[in-house]
Formats: sequence, structure tokens, C-alpha cells
Amino acid sequence: MDWQPLMLTFKLAVITTAILFVISIPIANWLSFTKSKAKPVIETLVSMPLVLPPTVLGFYMLVAFSPENAFGNWLNEWLGIRLIFSFGGLVLASVIYSLPFMVQPIQAGLSSLPSTFKEASYTMGKSKMTTLLKVLLPNVKPALLTGIVLSFAHTVGEFGVVLMIGGNMPGKTKVASIAIYDEVEALNYSAANSYSLILFSITFIILLIVYLTNGGYFKRFVQ
Amino acid sequence: MIRLNIEKTLKSGGGNMVLDLELNIVKGEFITLFGDSGAGKTSTLRMLSGLLKPDSGIITVDGTTWFDSHKKINLIPQQRKVGYVFQDYALFPNMTVRQNLEYALQRNQDGDIIEELLDLAQLNELQQRKPETLSGGQKQRVALARALVQRPDILILDEPLSALDLKMRIKLQEYLLQIHKKYKLTTILVSHDVGEIVKLSDCVFELQNGRVIKKGTASDFFGLTKTSAKFRFSGEVLKIVQEDVIYVISVLIGNDIIKVVSDRREANGLKVGDQVLVASKAFNPIIQKI
Repeated sequence: MDWQPLMLTFKLAVITTAILFVISIPIANWLSFTKSKAKPVIETLVSMPLVLPPTVLGFYMLVAFSPENAFGNWLNEWLGIRLIFSFGGLVLASVIYSLPFMVQPIQAGLSSLPSTFKEASYTMGKSKMTTLLKVLLPNVKPALLTGIVLSFAHTVGEFGVVLMIGGNMPGKTKVASIAIYDEVEALNYSAANSYSLILFSITFIILLIVYLTNGGYFKRFVQ
Repeated sequence: MIRLNIEKTLKSGGGNMVLDLELNIVKGEFITLFGDSGAGKTSTLRMLSGLLKPDSGIITVDGTTWFDSHKKINLIPQQRKVGYVFQDYALFPNMTVRQNLEYALQRNQDGDIIEELLDLAQLNELQQRKPETLSGGQKQRVALARALVQRPDILILDEPLSALDLKMRIKLQEYLLQIHKKYKLTTILVSHDVGEIVKLSDCVFELQNGRVIKKGTASDFFGLTKTSAKFRFSGEVLKIVQEDVIYVISVLIGNDIIKVVSDRREANGLKVGDQVLVASKAFNPIIQKI
């Protein structure tokens, strides 16, 4: 069996999750506390990937990043970045595609904290940054974990976006979900089954760990 | 000296309310804001501490301008040096008691104050506990100690004792007085408890619909100076029963219910739930050890 697609899938999922974690915290923080009129618009944009067919997202990214078009051409000429049919493009597409899975749990977590946490910290002379890092985020750990795991699992499972923008290039963009499709097309059911079984087991274990942790099952043994 | 002259339109469930206040608070005094819920007490505290922005007006503290709508000055809460004890205590669940206090330390501030406050609030044995394992009174002491770490000049207490039982309240009232004197604070308390107000405060402001309607020393305020009684207690009317020509009024004072005889004229002015003062000349009291 060729392990490359699986390795590629997990590499993509790890990088995507790491990027999402960093960019989602400020977005979620802004969304949970802002009174701006732009909030519903931003919330809608963040949540769009939940309902939009992945192929639509993939199609527009394909058009936008194609060197045939102005923006893609500019990226290519000036920055030397080619986002279509490359791993970089996959990462960007996955980040956009999984954004709601990271932002929404963190936003919900932060909104559920009493506003006095923030206010108490401010009256103690602490900056917004210190307050976020030392008071708010440590008190929404389950939400952070949920966000990380959902984005990871969602990236592992994506198919349409990857196929549209990444194609099916072994070692570069051929992730496990596409390899399964490929093997089935070639009537190679046993290889497809191996990939599927591995993905099935790993996602099951990851989700199980989340529910065990957030449900406090581990704490009962520790304390 | 705190001078506060502000206006703010508050949006509430029952429509808008205009908060139009003028408060002058002498440095080092213990002040109480008194009034019905929704009168604007908490909003006043929030505007003083910078958590809520007034629509217009001026706030100056010891000659420094904290807020001035004309000059567009509005210090952020971080710059105002106010110790704020919230009604829900706002203790951070991810930190132990000690860490909650240490978090409040300012940059380059000496850590000795932590030991001092842990001692004062009798929290030494609890310092490694997480807030969720503490009782209401213990949480209250932590919140109070934490608000004092940064050595504020002004201490704000938003109904800090309302959730506690009587015994704990009395104990914490002692703490508050002790701390107020020791750290030479200007303390501003929101309270509904007449006994508490009389015991603690130098000066009382009554708020109604966003305005100060009455101001005075605690004794003047509740009419205590009118009587020359030696015994006086404040309590709440529980029951009014007519028996022949007299009325028997049951009053809750602390944890005790006492019955007071009154005539029709007095009883007619009272209804269940009223806060009352029960006074008696003490020419023949019985004292025995219990």
C-alpha cells in the first residue's frame, strides 16, 4: 500500500489546523464581543463553507488563482506563488473551508464567559491581550479542543475542494480521500478499503478522545 | 475628592432611562449608593471605573480628569486605578486563590502585598484552592483581597454581600471597615441593607430613576437621629395582625422574629415587606449570659 496519500492528508490537516488556530482566535474574540454592525456579515462569511458545496468554493478559488487571470498572474509573477495544483493552494483552500469549525466553538466558548471576567481584568490594569491569553482562553479550553479536533477531522475528510483546486497529483495534492476515489475508479477495492479503514479508525479515536476529555472522564481517574 | 457630573441614556427593557447625576465624594469616605434596582447604581459605578462610557459630562478624581466629553478625554479602565468587587465576584476559575491575587500585581510591583492580603482576609489555608471549591463568603474575601492588590485609591463594591447569610455578612462588614481604614480608601458601596449601610457608611446617596433624590449621613438618612433610644434595630415587616383594638406586627431583625404592638394609626402606614426601625428606651433591660 502507498502510504503517501495518508501522510499528505495528515500533513495538510496539521498545517491547516495550526494556521486556523492562530487566525480563528482573534476572529472569534472579535465576533463574541463586538457591537459592530458588520458582525452579521462577517459571521455569515465565516459560516458560508458550512452550507456552500465544496465544489463552488473550489471553482472560485480555481478561477481566482489561475495564472490566466489577473490575481493569479500577479501572485505568480510578483510573489512566485502558484496556488492551483500545489500543496500551498490546498492549505489555503482547507483553511477557508474549515474556518467555521474552528471559529464557531471558540466564539461560543468566549461568549459564554461572564463579561465580568474581562472587566475585572481591565480594572486590574491588564491589557486586552493579557486578558485574552491569561484569563479568557484558559477558561474555554474545551472549546479550543473542540475547535482543533473538528477542523482537523474536517480537513482530513475534505474531498471536493481538494479535487477542484489541487487535482490528483501523487505526493503533492493526492490526499487519502482522493486516493480512495482513485482506487475505486480503478476497481482496486482492497486498496480503497485499507485507506478507508485507516481514516475511519483514526477519526473515531480522535473524536472519542475529545468526548472523553470534555466529558471529564479522564479527570475522574486523575483526582 | 471625586467629582462626577454625567449624563447617560440607558436602554432597558422598559424603555430608555436618562441617568443624570452629580456626585461629590470626599476622599477617604465610605459612601453608599442606595435605591431600587434599575435606579442606575451599577451603571454609575461602571462609568466611574471606565467600563461604561457616559454620553456627556465630567469625571475628575483628585484633580485628574478621567472623563471629559468636551475635551474628548476618556481614560480606559486600565488607567483608572479602581479596585472593583463584582456582584458575581468574577474570580478566574483557571487560577488558584493565590494566582488570582498574583494576577492583579502590577508590573514591577513588590509581591509582599500578596502575603499581607492573604493574612488579612484569612485566606492562607485556602491559597492553593480553586475558586469553584470555595463557599460564598470565601469567594467574597478572595474578590476583595484581589481588588486591593494593585493598591487602589478607590474601592468599588457592587452589592458584595447580598448573596451571603447573616453571620457571614456581619463578619465581612467588619473586614470592609478594617480594610477601608487600613488602606485609607475611598469606598463606594451599593447596598439595600439598611443595617449594613448604617454600620458602614459615612454618607448615603439615594438614587431614583437615574437621579440623586436624597443625600445625607447614614443616621440622618434613615431618621435615626430623631429618636433618643438606646436600642434600635432595623428589620423587615413580615406580618400585621389585628387583635381587638391593637395591632401586632411581626418584624424580622437579623434571624429573629419579634412582635411589636402598635396602634391603628401606626399600623396603617405599614405594609408587609417594609423596612422599619424598631426602637426602645432601655430603662429596664434584662441581661444574661448565653
